[in-house]
Amino acid sequence: MSHISPVLWQYLVKWLTNFALFPPEASKIAPQMDALYFFIVLVSLVGLTIVILLVTSFSILYSKKRHPVAVQIEGSTLLEATWTIIPLGLFLVMFVWGALIYFRVYTPPANAMNIYVVGKQWMWKAEHPGGQHEINALHIPINRPIQLTLISQDVFHSFSIPAFRVKREAIPGRYTSVWFEATTPGTYHLFCTQYCGTEHSHMIGEVVALTPDDYKKWLASSTSGSSLAQNGERLFASLSCAACHNTKPDARGPSLVNVYGSKLRLSNGQTVIADDAYLREAILSPSQHITQGFAPIMPTYQGQISEEGVIALVEFIKNLNSDYRVQQTTTTTDLLPESEGKAASGGPAAAGQNPAGKGMVTQ
Amino acid sequence: MSDSPVMTQGVMEAAKHAHPPYQRHHFESVAQQADATNFAMWIFLLTEIMFFGGLFTAYLILRNWYYPAFVAASHQLNIGWGTGNTAVLISSSFTMAMGVWCAETRRKSGLVLSLVLTFLLGLVFLGIKTIEYSEKIEKHHVPGFHYSVQSFVNPASDPDSVAYGDKPLAMDMARKTELYFFLYFAMTGMHALHMIIGIAILGYMIFRARAGAYTNGHVTFVENFGLYWHFVDIIWIFLFPLLYLISRHQ
Amino acid sequence: MSSATIVNLPDQSTAKIPKMNYLSKENGLLSWLLTGDHKRIAILYLISISFFFFIGGALAGLIRLELLTPQSDLMATDTYNKIFSMHGIIMIFFFLVPSVPATLGNFFIPMMLGAKDLALPKINLLSWYLYVAAGILALYSMMTGGVDTGWTFTTPLSTHYVNTNVITTGIAIFIAGFSSIFTGLNFIVTIHKMRAPGMTWFRMPLFVWGHYATSILMILGTPVLAIALVLVVLERTVGIGVFDPAKGGDPLLFQHLFWFYSHPAVYIMILPGMGVISEVISTFSRKRVFGYTAVAFSSVAIAVFGFFVWAHHMFIMGISNYSVLIFSLLTMLVAVPSAIKIFNWAFTLYKGSITFETPMLYAFGFMGLFTIGGMTGVFLGTSGTDIHLTETYFIVAHFHFVMVGGMLMAFLAGLHFWWPKMTGRMYPEKISQLAALVTFIGFNLTFFPQFILGTLGMPRRYASYPPEFQVLNVFSTAGATILGVGYLLPVLYLTWSLKYGEIAGDNPWQATGLEWQTQSPPLTENFREIPIMDHEAYDYEWLERQKEKEVASVG
Repeated sequence: MSHISPVLWQYLVKWLTNFALFPPEASKIAPQMDALYFFIVLVSLVGLTIVILLVTSFSILYSKKRHPVAVQIEGSTLLEATWTIIPLGLFLVMFVWGALIYFRVYTPPANAMNIYVVGKQWMWKAEHPGGQHEINALHIPINRPIQLTLISQDVFHSFSIPAFRVKREAIPGRYTSVWFEATTPGTYHLFCTQYCGTEHSHMIGEVVALTPDDYKKWLASSTSGSSLAQNGERLFASLSCAACHNTKPDARGPSLVNVYGSKLRLSNGQTVIADDAYLREAILSPSQHITQGFAPIMPTYQGQISEEGVIALVEFIKNLNSDYRVQQTTTTTDLLPESEGKAASGGPAAAGQNPAGKGMVTQ
Repeated sequence: MSDSPVMTQGVMEAAKHAHPPYQRHHFESVAQQADATNFAMWIFLLTEIMFFGGLFTAYLILRNWYYPAFVAASHQLNIGWGTGNTAVLISSSFTMAMGVWCAETRRKSGLVLSLVLTFLLGLVFLGIKTIEYSEKIEKHHVPGFHYSVQSFVNPASDPDSVAYGDKPLAMDMARKTELYFFLYFAMTGMHALHMIIGIAILGYMIFRARAGAYTNGHVTFVENFGLYWHFVDIIWIFLFPLLYLISRHQ
Repeated sequence: MSSATIVNLPDQSTAKIPKMNYLSKENGLLSWLLTGDHKRIAILYLISISFFFFIGGALAGLIRLELLTPQSDLMATDTYNKIFSMHGIIMIFFFLVPSVPATLGNFFIPMMLGAKDLALPKINLLSWYLYVAAGILALYSMMTGGVDTGWTFTTPLSTHYVNTNVITTGIAIFIAGFSSIFTGLNFIVTIHKMRAPGMTWFRMPLFVWGHYATSILMILGTPVLAIALVLVVLERTVGIGVFDPAKGGDPLLFQHLFWFYSHPAVYIMILPGMGVISEVISTFSRKRVFGYTAVAFSSVAIAVFGFFVWAHHMFIMGISNYSVLIFSLLTMLVAVPSAIKIFNWAFTLYKGSITFETPMLYAFGFMGLFTIGGMTGVFLGTSGTDIHLTETYFIVAHFHFVMVGGMLMAFLAGLHFWWPKMTGRMYPEKISQLAALVTFIGFNLTFFPQFILGTLGMPRRYASYPPEFQVLNVFSTAGATILGVGYLLPVLYLTWSLKYGEIAGDNPWQATGLEWQTQSPPLTENFREIPIMDHEAYDYEWLERQKEKEVASVG
């Protein structure tokens, strides 16, 4: 290689290392999606080859030199039916196969660990159930289904992990979700793929898939002192939610104990399942989500709680399986002299540090 | 140069009939011209339907989501004015239809009279619309400009809401009335814009009709304008129940 | 002439351009600016869309230059965002949508039907003025700060989060939309009402069928885009809230309205090109198009199905799984008519007598590239693979294969094919064949690597990217350079040919369309007498008989 200049050689080496051709398959769904991908590639190649063969062979066989006079042919119903039905059949196979994968990607299993992700111009913020926050990074254990619940604080973003073959739009004002199960430990690209303004191309990060042991270490090292549900509990207290949402017989609002996942009958006659999206909506625009038998007195919290705050509240309500915690928040607020310094001492709700209003973020 | 190999029609025959002055050179006959321009007008109205269709879609979705807000906000509209305007527009359609008939039967003074009546009825419609708009402006019901939800969170303060016995809306629902009023202004505004364009053309037509322009057998322009005018009318026929009569089926 | 071509030129030593023609009828700038002649308006359009094509092309060059390296070093990210937005807006609304319809369609639809002009010549001229006004406004908004929303104007980004010239650009596109509506309206009326005696629906050339389908899409789709843009402008100025989730609006509604136009717009861009390909392939294989009816109806089928697939742009945006099913299925159905067309064109060659002039080379290029573009569309219509591939360079490569590989190739095929008719002179054959080849190679080098980039997950609209994507991007930029040369060549030699090209005569290709049965360049009224259509479209035997008659009458 001495005849190649060293500079050029260096470039070549750099190039070859910078030359990826296929993304790693690092999730359970990836090989399934790639199987379909290669099936369509195969069909495309066969189709393209047929077209090229037809065009070149006819061009050679029937060039004016060889075939000076054209034979006029009207058409052939049989042939045309063939190239209508065969592509249609193939396309339908792809449609069904694709739909099966689509439904898998967007139907999380019940035992999935839920991580909330908030997109904003121009960063991704992940909220782990243990209270860990991350920006432009996502640490996850392998071999465990992970569900992401996504929302955007401003414009459309899109959360894309090419190595896992999953992607989901983060929409303002609405939860969306996606799930995956990583199989190979490693660090992978995380992209925002929906154009979201000036720094769109910098809204990138990395997804770190860890072995269960490493994941435990990571959890321990990046804890913020209180879990997401505890943050929600503090917020619940500071907003005095328990003043109405308690189990007393004269409560003005429905009890929230074990409400998550249950079927609710609303005052307008509808029946709904209380999922993440419902809880969020019920906090921000309560008047359309009044449980039957209650008066529409709840004020809206639109504009008063940030998306992270709502997430913390939802997570708290999700984990609310006994009335004890609610009472705790009541006592906490009752003890407070005024709405001011809610950093009450005592009471597990404010067990952590100081400001109870910490969750009440307004960026 | 060889002659074109295409077979030809009797050239002499074509040259024989004299063309009326209003026949454009590229049409073979007056009938073809009338037919083509008429067809063009229908196609144009089709695009207009698609144009309004976008707004109707938005209306459909938002009304479905925020029905209570739409009901309460629609109580702010005066059904009397709305009904009056519907009557005015239907009458103007009648006078317009009379105009087309007069043009076809070559009655010049009838045509001018019909056009003037249509013109005046159009102005009456816009006048009533102005009165309605100014009520909204006074009550701060114009979206985006110091919009106030007072009439909906506290209906007792507003005689229009009292008349319907409206219950107070929760704040989050009351805010959605702004969407109703936006749709109200967008849809009626777009309709009014079509009326204004129509009235301007009517003015021009009255001017031409007095000079005898449409009573010489060339009536396509009047006919096509008639189609436009009826179309604008029909849009209103949809707008009136959708915007004014939301709670009237109960 | 050698036997390997069908070019049939008059004796160059004696031939002359006919003295009376649409170009020589009147002189002076005003005679052009106030003309009602569809042929002159087509020429006006040709000049203006070429101008916008090269502006859009220059912007594309800047994009490729920036992407040569992983960092955003040539320009800041917001400059890059403005450049790709303007590239998209100019190429789509000011080049692709009017490209074939407003130039070749405008020029040849009346001639193919045996009419003297389009039904509404004044509306036709108005449509050009609207186009120019819109173009000037778009350029003005580009000069005074540009717009960085992407050509899709996604809300709430475009309404609440950027402070660039969204309003002026929106108005520009609104006006351009009306230009396109008027063109479509004119075509529909002309095709319905202005056909010559004997010109039944199934005797019309497939070029006309393609434009008929396009016109339906134009008149029904464009108004919806118009109202969507009006709402964006109102949302920005007044804050109406229809697209604002904070006020209870629905940000997805904008995308529904936008794609209701913009997906059919893809067919607005490709169907006229397919019409051109039908003409070219038939002419240069001296054969009737295989299965004329199927090709005609497949155009209409694409137009009809095209209206019901828009939500496939939103598979990952949280629309319900069941609507994904429906829209994915309909997308598969709309792919079938395209497949039919490709195979019918291939079989048109069967037992033909084929020659390889430039338009035919471009048509072959179209068939190959459109097959790839179409099949990669199936990757995206399949809901499962769409998740991984959407919003990446795979999409970029896919629609450039369809739009540039398909439509632009078809446009160039048509331009070369009809150039002798429009100007009366031939383009130089050898260099134009070279240009076709250069374009084909440059195109593949530019856009094929982008499929791989997309599969790797490289997101679109990124000013900077991870270094492992660099090599493929360098290929792409190198290809773009070649492609640029391929597009500049025609400008040079076509301009040259205006003065020095060989005199073409009436029908250099021995084609059957009515437009070839009159002088080149045509008279202002197209035909000396109104033709009577007494044969099927693409009837080469009829043409032979005509020639024999002519010889007999001369002899």
